Amino acid sequence: MYTQALDSAGAAEPQGNVAEAARLERFQARIDRDEKIEPKDWMPEEYRRALIRQIAQHAHSEVVGMLPEGNWITRAPSLRRKVVLIAKVQDEGGHGMYLYSAAETLGVSRATLIEQLLAGQAKYSSIFNYPTLTWADIGAIGWLVDGAAIMNQIPLCRCSYGPYARAMVRICKEESFHQRQGYELMLALARGSAAQRAMAQEALNRWWWPSLMMFGPSDAHSVHTAQSLRWKIKRFSNDELRQKFIDVTVPQAQYLGLTVPDPELRWDEAAQHYRAGPIDWSEFQAVLAGEGPCNRERLAARREAHEAGRWVREAAAAYADKHRTARPCQAAEEGGT
Amino acid sequence: MTEDWLLYEVFIRSRSGLEHKHVGSLHAADARMAIEHARDTYTRRLEGVSIWVVRSSEIVASDPQEAEALFEPARDKIYRHPTFYAIPEEVKNL
Repeated sequence: MYTQALDSAGAAEPQGNVAEAARLERFQARIDRDEKIEPKDWMPEEYRRALIRQIAQHAHSEVVGMLPEGNWITRAPSLRRKVVLIAKVQDEGGHGMYLYSAAETLGVSRATLIEQLLAGQAKYSSIFNYPTLTWADIGAIGWLVDGAAIMNQIPLCRCSYGPYARAMVRICKEESFHQRQGYELMLALARGSAAQRAMAQEALNRWWWPSLMMFGPSDAHSVHTAQSLRWKIKRFSNDELRQKFIDVTVPQAQYLGLTVPDPELRWDEAAQHYRAGPIDWSEFQAVLAGEGPCNRERLAARREAHEAGRWVREAAAAYADKHRTARPCQAAEEGGT
Repeated sequence: MTEDWLLYEVFIRSRSGLEHKHVGSLHAADARMAIEHARDTYTRRLEGVSIWVVRSSEIVASDPQEAEALFEPARDKIYRHPTFYAIPEEVKNL
């Protein structure tokens, strides 16, 4: 599961009338009391839009995220690694489904969301626009990309919107295996031959900075963070989460005997934090703008899968139509509770 | 634009003896497919022993606007709870 703080809520629109202002105030009071907002509850349009945008981006990220890892299923080095990778990729698809469902509770159809993705109008996490060049990348993705995603997602389990928070609880439960299998894979390589260690180091070199960028622009440049925090769509700022990720991940790299590719990285004894060097945001912006190594390839793969599956969807719909009048299967034979 | 399949709500019984609980929703062409998708989507880790699917359009829900009218009357009926009644400590099994 992968989130990326791209653009979340915009500022609330100015309110023309007093009743609207009062409603907004009541809404904010509910949020402040940590009450959850449910689909049929009144909510400001901006809150709804911000959530649709964030949840849809999140769902798209899950689905597109299946591609870089799916790339290695046929080449996994053992049956054990293969079943693990298949299970993980299937989970990502499942996470996409939970999230599309949550987005739909806000009044947007799934077909619309998929359409936007395929038309290249929707965003998804930029991390998936990087290629998986070696087997070690599968380890690095589980360890770093899923690790960063977990860091982002755990606070989302307490998000103010009920269906999103519930989807995140489910996702977080499943996500921890993803990170652990990735680290275990890196550990196997790090303890292997010189060539395997070099492969692991090279994967870390390529995935480290993009993983840090997964947390989104720095707070100084993230105009929407404040409103998102106020509405409790987000619980921590991008930089806070990024720092947390660095602090837990650097010792994990040290244990592997690998070097984090940041010459300026140092331990700040006074603050009890690792201090990372500056992030190259121009790369982030370029990948976001469609100039990443795999942007076009990822969308092309999604479109192809969508088109190739069309006849299956049509056949299933035709079959269902034909049998619509017949009795559906016994869904709840005991009835009642 | 491709039309979405029907929307179903999914309820899972996590083990015998417990009630079915709402877990989420999904799209399917028919009820049979909804059960199969629910299996793949919501029970990849032994989360359930039984699945119900219900067309979302068949669910009738109370209106949040009426929440006060529906639920407030129960608020002051504290005599419906056992703790409302003071019983001397010496009296056992009550």
